[in-house]
Amino acid sequence: MVAMTLLNWAFDIALGSALLWLAWRCLFTRNLFESVVLFVAFGLLMTIAWMRLEAPDVAMAEAAIGAGLTGALLMSALARLERPRTGQEDSP
Amino acid sequence: MTGMLRWAFAGLLALLAVGLVSVVLQIPEIGGGLRSQVMAQLPESGVDHAVTAVLLNFRGYDTFLELVVLLLALFGAWGLSDSIDEAQLDTDIAVLTELVAFLVPVLILVAAYLLWVGAYSPGGAFQGGAVLAGAGVLLSLCDPGWRSRRIERTAELLLVPGVLVFLLVGLGSMLLGGQFLEYPKDIAGSLILLIEAFAMLSIAVTLHTLFAGTPRVGGDR
Repeated sequence: MVAMTLLNWAFDIALGSALLWLAWRCLFTRNLFESVVLFVAFGLLMTIAWMRLEAPDVAMAEAAIGAGLTGALLMSALARLERPRTGQEDSP
Repeated sequence: MTGMLRWAFAGLLALLAVGLVSVVLQIPEIGGGLRSQVMAQLPESGVDHAVTAVLLNFRGYDTFLELVVLLLALFGAWGLSDSIDEAQLDTDIAVLTELVAFLVPVLILVAAYLLWVGAYSPGGAFQGGAVLAGAGVLLSLCDPGWRSRRIERTAELLLVPGVLVFLLVGLGSMLLGGQFLEYPKDIAGSLILLIEAFAMLSIAVTLHTLFAGTPRVGGDR
């Protein structure tokens, strides 16, 4: 029982840190394509986080809309942008 | 000039951050939330799943406005670009085509299931609509022009019914003596399914149109 609790804690901490790390990388990476891919990965992990919070409805919406469709939307927006001008974007 | 602007912007953002933090700190602690109230009212709502009851009945007005916002977002996207070029894709990939031919019917079935099951367990119009839109996105990846050739007019007509049916049901319940969106109890379940069915179609078409743009068919765009 204690082992299960510890395992849950370890999983949640790993999940939370992975989310924070992905969010950071997603915002601050130079390559926009990479940003989109990271955003989708973030959405998928967020789905797991919602499941851990026992909110299956939100998890489903997150997987379908957050990870799936928003990713596709961002990709199509990216495809319509000009080639990103490297080094000229606003630096943080 | 841009440097000054940037500092001003950073200052504003810092103010906003301070404001947000102070607001969060002021939120009173409410134990238990509204769960017990929702559970107590659940039999009145016409559905057996608490989330669907809140979204479509107790807080139906919010969901109605969400649908309106989605539609407005599409209008905004249309305003930004009068004609959206179809994506330049290499569409002649056998594996992709085969896979999509297999997946799309499954996704349609899944969407219908999600819509139906929303009355009892997690699921509903937004999830179903997103799955349906996903099927459309897959089709667009294989065959960018499929909508322009087959169902463009129908698809454009399907953008609005989600909002319209919701509105009509809301007004109808006023005619029957209730408040706006206060469904009559004995047919609340059917009304919710009706609203959700049309909402799902509209959500799916709206999301897909956001992705694929509107192919020029009539030549008027």
